[in-house]
Amino acid sequence: MSGDESYIQISDVSKHFGPVVAVDNISVSIARGEFFSLLGSSGCGKTTLLRMLAGFESPTTGEIYIDGLPMSEKAPHHRPTNMVFQSYAIFPHLDVRQNIAFGLRTEKVSKEEANSRVDETLELVKLTGFGDRRSNELSGGQRQRIALARALIKHPKVLLLDEPLGALDKKLREEMQIELRSLQQSLGITFIFVTHDQEEAITLSDRIAVMSEGKALQIGSPKDLYNTPVSVEVADFIGQMNFVDAEVLDVKSGVAVIDTSGLGKVKIPTSADFAQKGARGVVAIRPEKLKISEKKSGALKNAVEGTLKSASYYGNRSHYHVTVEGSDQPMAVASQEVDIASGNTLDSDTPVWLSWEDGALILLPQPPA
Amino acid sequence: MKETTYIKRPNRTLFIYALIYLAFLYIPVLFLPLFSFNDSIYIAFPFVGFTTKWYSQMYHNEPMFAALLNSIRVGGATSVIATLLGVFGAKAVTRYRMPGKPVAMFIIMLPLVIPGIIMGVALLIVVSRSGIPLSLYTVTLGHILVCVPFAMATLIPRFEGFDRSMEEAAADLGENAWWTFWRVTFPIVFPGILASLLLCFTISFDEFIMAFFLAGTDPTLPIYIFSQLRFPAKLPGVLAMGALILVVSFFVVVFSQWLRLRNSNDITSSGI
Repeated sequence: MSGDESYIQISDVSKHFGPVVAVDNISVSIARGEFFSLLGSSGCGKTTLLRMLAGFESPTTGEIYIDGLPMSEKAPHHRPTNMVFQSYAIFPHLDVRQNIAFGLRTEKVSKEEANSRVDETLELVKLTGFGDRRSNELSGGQRQRIALARALIKHPKVLLLDEPLGALDKKLREEMQIELRSLQQSLGITFIFVTHDQEEAITLSDRIAVMSEGKALQIGSPKDLYNTPVSVEVADFIGQMNFVDAEVLDVKSGVAVIDTSGLGKVKIPTSADFAQKGARGVVAIRPEKLKISEKKSGALKNAVEGTLKSASYYGNRSHYHVTVEGSDQPMAVASQEVDIASGNTLDSDTPVWLSWEDGALILLPQPPA
Repeated sequence: MKETTYIKRPNRTLFIYALIYLAFLYIPVLFLPLFSFNDSIYIAFPFVGFTTKWYSQMYHNEPMFAALLNSIRVGGATSVIATLLGVFGAKAVTRYRMPGKPVAMFIIMLPLVIPGIIMGVALLIVVSRSGIPLSLYTVTLGHILVCVPFAMATLIPRFEGFDRSMEEAAADLGENAWWTFWRVTFPIVFPGILASLLLCFTISFDEFIMAFFLAGTDPTLPIYIFSQLRFPAKLPGVLAMGALILVVSFFVVVFSQWLRLRNSNDITSSGI
């Protein structure tokens, strides 16, 4: 038996479809009871990876272990996983109860137990009273709940969810997000959740694997991904980010001196391998970590002058776009400071100062062209 | 807004064309039941008088009933076996990645375009060379060959039409391939299976050329009818039989269409 920390072990897994590499050498350990998301745009391999966990595809190379047992020889119906399909895959010829009870035949439970388990599960997904409906009489949200109930009644150790909320409208999706999260916490089941919606992944997950072209770009908690992305791709995918080109001038005792086109000469502590003297890179900063002011105050260590191009007010916060010399992209600034956000409207083309605190800048490697 | 849009605008020429087309198609067929009640052995106007004697005569025509029974037996066996093969084939081509799939499909569908007379002669040579006596079994064999492409063509859209993640869901919920087929695939494709059974039965029931080459001493109904055309006195009896078959097929076709429509509604409205 393996420990709780590596309850699911995906070890050097690749999947090739002919010449196409859908999943490219991914390794990750997922803890028992973790809410783990695979995040990426379509075609990044996240669904293929999920289908390999379910057993619908087998890895070309590598192995998946669940609870210490290798899975590659196990058919889907012998795995301790259950899946919620993107299309829900509700059986059209069965009613709601029959759909939910579908997986109980192989468990050889008595009729009474089956009935009480179906009732319990209906209650769990808040569909009590809908048992006799035909599946074509149900709304998208209800179908989603049936798909969930049908999987949960099997008491899986791992629940696999393939974009389960993708077909729902925004309001329903947000409701279901909250329900999914509380369901996961109360049941203690490991959830592996595939999504292309970074906000959804950040809201729900304990950890996220950001995927692109079959590779895992970065695996970490939502906070890690947000605050310390390891590449321009991840930084761009999670939230909003300003990027400026940069060149490393010197590295001394773990601090790089960097010349940026737009933010002047800056110092960023780094331990990255690529941060060598003369290396090209990208410096990134979140819009909310930039401060905007009309005058340069003496207290600000890190500041550049720029020109305000546009401002939008949202009541409790304001968004600005400021052009700075050296960068063709205007810098996005999100401010919650009331003195600028309210009243004193800044006009376009006003000279302003952008400033930031030490530690707000992130040095990233140059993305491959 | 005008009531008559471009599409809905009445078109007299097309309407008349449609009437002529329908008349051409169905009036000859309607002569069959009409003359089966005519009290004359000659099929010609004017009517001599109304009679049901051809029906009662037919009732006592034992060779004809034997031929009808033969046709039903051959049709039954053909439709069941061809549909079974069609189910396997349709599942294979819609569900599995396999090399040479287009080639396999081409070969399976080829009998559709090979003239029946060539198939008949070819099969006759093979069967007689290998010393198999001609019988209803050889007729059935030939009919299966003809019907499998039709069964496939009926079943493939049905297999393609439903979300394959339903089968995956069944597997995911603990069922092996066999039970997945019985609990999910079969009920969902069942209307297609029924349609295929009916279609194959109909094709086999009125197939003449292959049966003519491959039948032994037991004729199927089309062969029997053909043989009776030489005897004018037997012709009205054939008309009576034909009229009855027409009525039965009418109801079978209506039933199968009703079934198809009802279930295709089912499947589309249960999509997301």
